[in-house]
Amino acid sequence: MTRFILRRLMQALIVLLVMSFVIYGLIGLMPGDPLDIMIASNPGATPEVVAHLRAIYGLDQPLMLRYWHWLISALMGDFGFSRIHSQPTLEVLGPALLQTCKLLLASFVVSVVLSFVLGIVAALRPGGIVDSFISLFAFAGISVPVFWLALMMILVFAVNLHWFPASGMANIGDGGFMDQARHLIMPVTTLALANTGGFIRYVRASMIETLRMDHVRTARAKGAGEGRVVLIHAFRNALIPVVTVIALNFGTLFSGALLTETMFAQPGMGKMIYDSILGNDFNLALTGLLFATVVTLLSNLLADLAYGWLDPRIAVR
Amino acid sequence: MSGIATLPDRAISVGRLRWRRFRTHRAAVASLIVLALLVLFCLAAWPLKTYLGIDPDATDLLARFDPPSAAHWLGTDDAGRDELLRLMVGGQISLLVGLLATAIGGIFGLLIGVTSGYFGGRIDAALMRFTDGMIILPLLPLLIVLGALDLTKLGFTKEFATSGAAGFWRIVVIISIVDWTSIARLVRAAALAIKERDFVRAARASGAGPFYVMRAHVLPNVATPIIVAFTLTVGRVILLESVLSFLGFGIVPPTPSWGNMLNNAQELVNTAPALAVYPGLLIFITVIAVNFVGDGLQHAFDPRSERS
Repeated sequence: MTRFILRRLMQALIVLLVMSFVIYGLIGLMPGDPLDIMIASNPGATPEVVAHLRAIYGLDQPLMLRYWHWLISALMGDFGFSRIHSQPTLEVLGPALLQTCKLLLASFVVSVVLSFVLGIVAALRPGGIVDSFISLFAFAGISVPVFWLALMMILVFAVNLHWFPASGMANIGDGGFMDQARHLIMPVTTLALANTGGFIRYVRASMIETLRMDHVRTARAKGAGEGRVVLIHAFRNALIPVVTVIALNFGTLFSGALLTETMFAQPGMGKMIYDSILGNDFNLALTGLLFATVVTLLSNLLADLAYGWLDPRIAVR
Repeated sequence: MSGIATLPDRAISVGRLRWRRFRTHRAAVASLIVLALLVLFCLAAWPLKTYLGIDPDATDLLARFDPPSAAHWLGTDDAGRDELLRLMVGGQISLLVGLLATAIGGIFGLLIGVTSGYFGGRIDAALMRFTDGMIILPLLPLLIVLGALDLTKLGFTKEFATSGAAGFWRIVVIISIVDWTSIARLVRAAALAIKERDFVRAARASGAGPFYVMRAHVLPNVATPIIVAFTLTVGRVILLESVLSFLGFGIVPPTPSWGNMLNNAQELVNTAPALAVYPGLLIFITVIAVNFVGDGLQHAFDPRSERS
């Protein structure tokens, strides 16, 4: 087991290393470079001064060398300075990560509970009226553009009904738990609705398959109640593929977070990455993207471990 | 000859059989009709443009957010442009991006999948690690970075980089760069399963090269799941395009797309809510219809599936 985890960790590290290089290269291809912004605010800069500054900042060196220097300082824990926030990027990242975790966890719990319930109910009678409605709901969830869903939520619940605030994470001067929760309701609902669709389909398909299995028939034949059969005998087995797929989808969750945070002006990771790319904040964009990759890599690793833990038949090599 | 069942002259063709099965999926049939209507709606831009005599890109800042009238059937947008015409033209762009990016990414995925599955060994291991790597990437942030790249730094001329065509092709290319993984895995699995079958071995033993085997045996056998996967990809790509254009990293105005028509979302919600509804609703309807058609195709192609 330990060897398995170690090997997977090694693989993840290699992927991360490759990714850091790719992202570093891509960020370098974005419009302008750090100096352009400096020059723009200083009309007196002569070409000689600019060239001198380029040399000081090492911007005249080849890509590999620049990446190498960045990597060394990143490994020492120095990810550079954010231009927009005038703070080390890691200090900007901390609070944003916390905010995103709240959003992701809350919406993840909501969508998992919702999809388990609806998926199981739909699987009880495939093709029935209830199943058709749930399937329609699931398809709608997969097909709706998240940003538009957020827009419609704002239109209905904030602009027309005034039930919830349209943006931000707390009112100034309040910021208590209830106030924060009120601000989180719409983003969480939006993200949860968007994710539930796919989850329902996985749960439903897996449940239908398991309900047809022999051991379920045996359980029924031995007189187990329907509730016990569905929840204990079938659901536990149906869970195995579902957990993997849901964990593998964590990356998609992140994309959804970027949209909901941007739409509802929540100061999380997603909005931070978006703003940093818009505002040419190279260091922050790089750090944010790397962190997002780390989070997805870790969740994939956890998915693999959970898979082995749920299904003892899969021998860990 | 009574008492003996007569065989029909000709057996039903596979295509007809599938069409029959497809027809039993009511949502899919309805969706197919909806899609046909949507395409007609988008193509109606040309006749309507001449009939009303309006240029969909012509701005009129004195006529911002005009209510629906005889000249502008759905009113005007935040720059005084005709909303209905822009919805139609924007639809053409969005659908075209969906089809093109799916086709390019699909061919890419097909090549990788077939190569990986057929040759196996180290090539397979390397290509699949690459695919796994692509899958775990945070998709949207990556697409935004790709959408923000400075084309002049890649050696394109400045005229091209700022032209509308560049905006269009850029989004097609970046989406197809990231969205090929599901097709690649599907094709790989199928190729792996098929290459060990006896008829393929027989073909190889009689001297068939890898290209022949792939074209004649592997690809026809994976055609049906690929068609389904392509369909579902079109829906996903349309969503991605709308998101990127909405965020300002896709199709650049004045060229409309359903996504960038919502660029001004905050202002729209407060001043002209209807304009915030139309483009998104069209995206939603298109994508849900595409997904239902995909579901119907899957049902039609799978002889084991039963419609209960």
